[in-house]
Amino acid sequence: MDAKLPAIELRGVTRHFGERSALREVSARVPAGATLAVLGRNGAGKSTLLRILAALLRPHEGEVLVFGEPLPRRAFAVRAKLGLLAHDPLLYRELTGRENLEYHARLHGVPRGRVDEVLEAVAMERRADDPVRLLSRGMVQRVAIARAVLHAPRLLLLDEPRANLDPSAAELVEPLIGRASGCTRVLTSHDPGAALAEADLVLALKDGRAVFVGEPTAFGEAQVKELYA
Amino acid sequence: MRTALVVLRKDLRVESRTLETVPAMILLALITFVIFHFGLDRDTIGGQLAAGVLTATLLFAAMLGINRLFVAEREQGGFDAFLMAPVDRTALLIAKAAALFIYLIVLEIVAVPAFGLLLLGPSLGHALPGIVLILILANVGLSVIGTLVSAIAVHTRARDLIGPVIGLPLLLPALIATARGLGPLLRAGHAASAPPGRWLAILALYDLVFALIAYGVFDFLLED
Repeated sequence: MDAKLPAIELRGVTRHFGERSALREVSARVPAGATLAVLGRNGAGKSTLLRILAALLRPHEGEVLVFGEPLPRRAFAVRAKLGLLAHDPLLYRELTGRENLEYHARLHGVPRGRVDEVLEAVAMERRADDPVRLLSRGMVQRVAIARAVLHAPRLLLLDEPRANLDPSAAELVEPLIGRASGCTRVLTSHDPGAALAEADLVLALKDGRAVFVGEPTAFGEAQVKELYA
Repeated sequence: MRTALVVLRKDLRVESRTLETVPAMILLALITFVIFHFGLDRDTIGGQLAAGVLTATLLFAAMLGINRLFVAEREQGGFDAFLMAPVDRTALLIAKAAALFIYLIVLEIVAVPAFGLLLLGPSLGHALPGIVLILILANVGLSVIGTLVSAIAVHTRARDLIGPVIGLPLLLPALIATARGLGPLLRAGHAASAPPGRWLAILALYDLVFALIAYGVFDFLLED
């Protein structure tokens, strides 16, 4: 693959839900290995954008290219490279953390040894055989992170990745989902300060429209206040 | 096929822990037999009436299973997780249809003898192989059409209504063939030992046609 090819390219992406436009003509370009922070109030279109990038939603207008492949047409070619950490942990409550990860490992063709590896990385080995429904929210989030990175994706789509995590757990998962992971990342957060601190690029959404796309240094405190006003 | 087995194993494991679907299907079938027992005001029934009662009861119990087939996928994000995996989506159709087929077999293992005890006049004994053959063919149709209908319904807000509203008309030909096939086997006195070949052929053809339709459209149903 061409090293200069952006990991993500959005060209005038629009998505409607009935009469409502969740995204309107959003364009952005994210180089490989960079972190894009998507900011905006509730309902601004952040989760919709992540779902479009995950090829779970199709844009009604515009073009989405991930690693040079147009979505959703060539979704099959990029699925193995995507890791999604959504609001929903995508875990079956009646299965244990280990069973959930083994299920995902089989779907992704990942060796079983990798399951133990990621469980250890999120410090969940001791509770790995408890049903997910018996775990605390923080523990569920840790297993969900283990699931999202199980197949070693190159692009991480992170929707509020540190929700429910205490500071020590947040530090623990840093090598998996933080900058140290080496992945291209798209992350949303309700804590703009934290998101801006780890971003290389910012996409600010207001009512589905991109009101700012650029480097975090150019996105000042006044703009943050205005975005969340 | 390997992916379908992975998904099927997961589904059976979830069902074995929650026991949300199969026990409810069995309970509904048993209650329906009791309702027919009192509603018809007859101690025993046989022939085409018995075949109709058995088929309709199994169909209504199957609707419960059909309605719940994708609930865990929808409520616990299983759809998203599956759709993001680099696997053939047809595996989900095969796994879900196989899961429903197994639920129906378990239902019938309990419901058919219960029907024999509670309602049926003639003994089941000699007709059992024919009944099993017809029910297996009926189960294939129910499983394939049920999976299709469930996949359509799960994306709608009125999914509890959509399942029966779309499913029952689609299943009507299979219901008729099953009931007509079972009728001669459940007749008192001179019951046939083998089901009529015509109805078996219709059921088999119906199964084949819907299996091909399901294979053709299932991918599209999973699309946003």
